[in-house]
Amino acid sequence: MTSLILAEHDNNTLADSTARTITAALQLGNSVEVLVAGDGCAKAADAAAQISGVAAVLKVDDPLYAHPVAEAVAALILSIASRYDAVLAPATSTGKAILPRVAAVLDVPQISEITRILDADTFERPIYAGSVVQTVKAPAGTKVITVRPSAFAAAAAGANAPVVVTPAGPDPGLTRFVGETVSQSTRPELTTAKTVISAGRGVGSKDNFDVLLRIADKLKAAVGASRAAVDIGLTANDCQIGQTGKVVASDLYIAVGISGAIQHISGMKDSRIIVAINKDEDAPIFKIADYGLVADLSPVLQEIDLELARRGYA
Amino acid sequence: MKVIVTVKRVVDYNAKVRIKADGSGVDRSNLKMSMNPFDEIAVEEAIRLKEKGKADEIVVVSIGPSEAADTIRTALAMGVDRGILVRCDGEVESLAVAKILKSICVAEQPGLVITGKQAIDDDAGQTGPMLAALLGWAQATRVYRLDVSDRTARVERETDTGLETIDVCLPAVVTTDLRLNEPRFASLPSIMKARKKPIEEKTAADLGVDTTPRVTVLGVKEPATRAAGIKVESVAELLDKLQQAEVI
Ligand SMILES: Cc1cc2nc3c(=O)[nH]c(=O)nc-3n(C[C@H](O)[C@H](O)[C@H](O)COP(=O)(O)OP(=O)(O)OC[C@H]3O[C@@H](n4cnc5c(N)ncnc54)[C@H](O)[C@@H]3O)c2cc1C
Repeated sequence: MTSLILAEHDNNTLADSTARTITAALQLGNSVEVLVAGDGCAKAADAAAQISGVAAVLKVDDPLYAHPVAEAVAALILSIASRYDAVLAPATSTGKAILPRVAAVLDVPQISEITRILDADTFERPIYAGSVVQTVKAPAGTKVITVRPSAFAAAAAGANAPVVVTPAGPDPGLTRFVGETVSQSTRPELTTAKTVISAGRGVGSKDNFDVLLRIADKLKAAVGASRAAVDIGLTANDCQIGQTGKVVASDLYIAVGISGAIQHISGMKDSRIIVAINKDEDAPIFKIADYGLVADLSPVLQEIDLELARRGYA
Repeated sequence: MKVIVTVKRVVDYNAKVRIKADGSGVDRSNLKMSMNPFDEIAVEEAIRLKEKGKADEIVVVSIGPSEAADTIRTALAMGVDRGILVRCDGEVESLAVAKILKSICVAEQPGLVITGKQAIDDDAGQTGPMLAALLGWAQATRVYRLDVSDRTARVERETDTGLETIDVCLPAVVTTDLRLNEPRFASLPSIMKARKKPIEEKTAADLGVDTTPRVTVLGVKEPATRAAGIKVESVAELLDKLQQAEVI
């Protein structure tokens, strides 16, 4: 069983989701190769070569891959796919856009967002906003799989695999990258942060949200949000956690002014410790919270900020 | 330009699904069914394109049981011109759905196909990109803003790091995200009018597509449940607990 993993990177560093996908691929079989397609991506390719279990890195360094345009990356994967038994990518906005194209052209079904591997053909994946877990067996043929990063630990560094320079694939010429607005954040990356503090509609005002940000800084936490908080403009779309946003499994998850709709819970219920702050004692979020505080969040946020400062969190 | 939108009949997002006693699947009986929310956004976007004079005809396609005709009627009441129902009973996998849609696109020659970014039942998120690949067309998933010109569309899409702007050549397949628009409710007169709009019925076999599932579902189960926790009385108590648990 030889697997190909589509790496996610910014040319210089490898996203943690890649190391997590490598862990999943190693459970399928021991021959794992990583495709690093980028423009000036030598550092990212070297980083991939150092991850334990990686047998080889295919480095495709070409302006065509300056941005991961789905049509071009899918065409590149298809140009080498016949060498592999499985193609995997993290279930990120990039992986989710590219892999179905690969599966369709190979005429195989895709297994989306697996959370567990039972054997080389059998997987668990959540359906219905994570309220049901389905066990599925893939048919014979190439396996095309997206992996939910939060469900797998990151493979550690400690290897030195060869980096094989590989030619670019065809340019489908269908899509042109124009630009991007990247939400600037000095905070940890949401999906892999140990601590996440999330705002819901209840946070309401920018004043409250600013206090929440101060708390995030003191706890070195990433900032998440419910859909409602994004919709009212409290924070950017890439903070949304849930069925149709990001999935986190942090050590500590603090939900502030979030009611606990299934669509939100599906993105955070695998966190180790959940704290809920909500003025409605019947809010569903309390059913899954380890520690619940029934209170008006506005003074509570102020108090948490002051109390953390008093306890030496800077 | 002709626009095709796709709609799926799914368990309403507010309904709680149960697992069949034998664990073989999900029990959908007696649950409220609705149009997949992302598809409502797709229908709305198509109608706005028509209102702006960018589209001249909108065709809605649903693949599913005879009841999916209701979902098509909803789209017709919102303002879509005509419907195509591809009758299929039982689960149809994304790849088969994409093949059916491809066959319809080859016949209808749309300039744009709008699908939801995912269906909220299987959460697979494959149909749009699979269709684009089968047709050899451009795609834009998770669309936040759509601006259609003659030969291209400028699209802003939601990504894990923010927003990305791309130009796609038409024809293309785009998939909707939550913030693209707010779907309208159909007015009573338009619901009446929609009853007269045509729905053409086909089968997958008519279109030459085999819908036999290729993935075997071995079973379904409840996710691990969390034990209920405790209520704390104060911020100090909360922080004490978190310090004891060594998470802050
Ligand atoms: C197709 C679809 C996909 C979706 N995907 C997602 C998703 O990915 N992620 C997601 O989060 N949602 C998603 N949703 C939306 C989801 O159904 C809920 O509407 C949303 O999660 C609610 O957000 P909220 O909890 O912030 O707001 P609300 O449900 O409005 O809850 C606000 C909470 O704040 C509390 N509150 C208000 N004021 C105060 C105060 N002063 N002090 C303390 N507490 C206060 C209230 O008691 C309430 O519990 C989706 C919905 C659909 C239909």
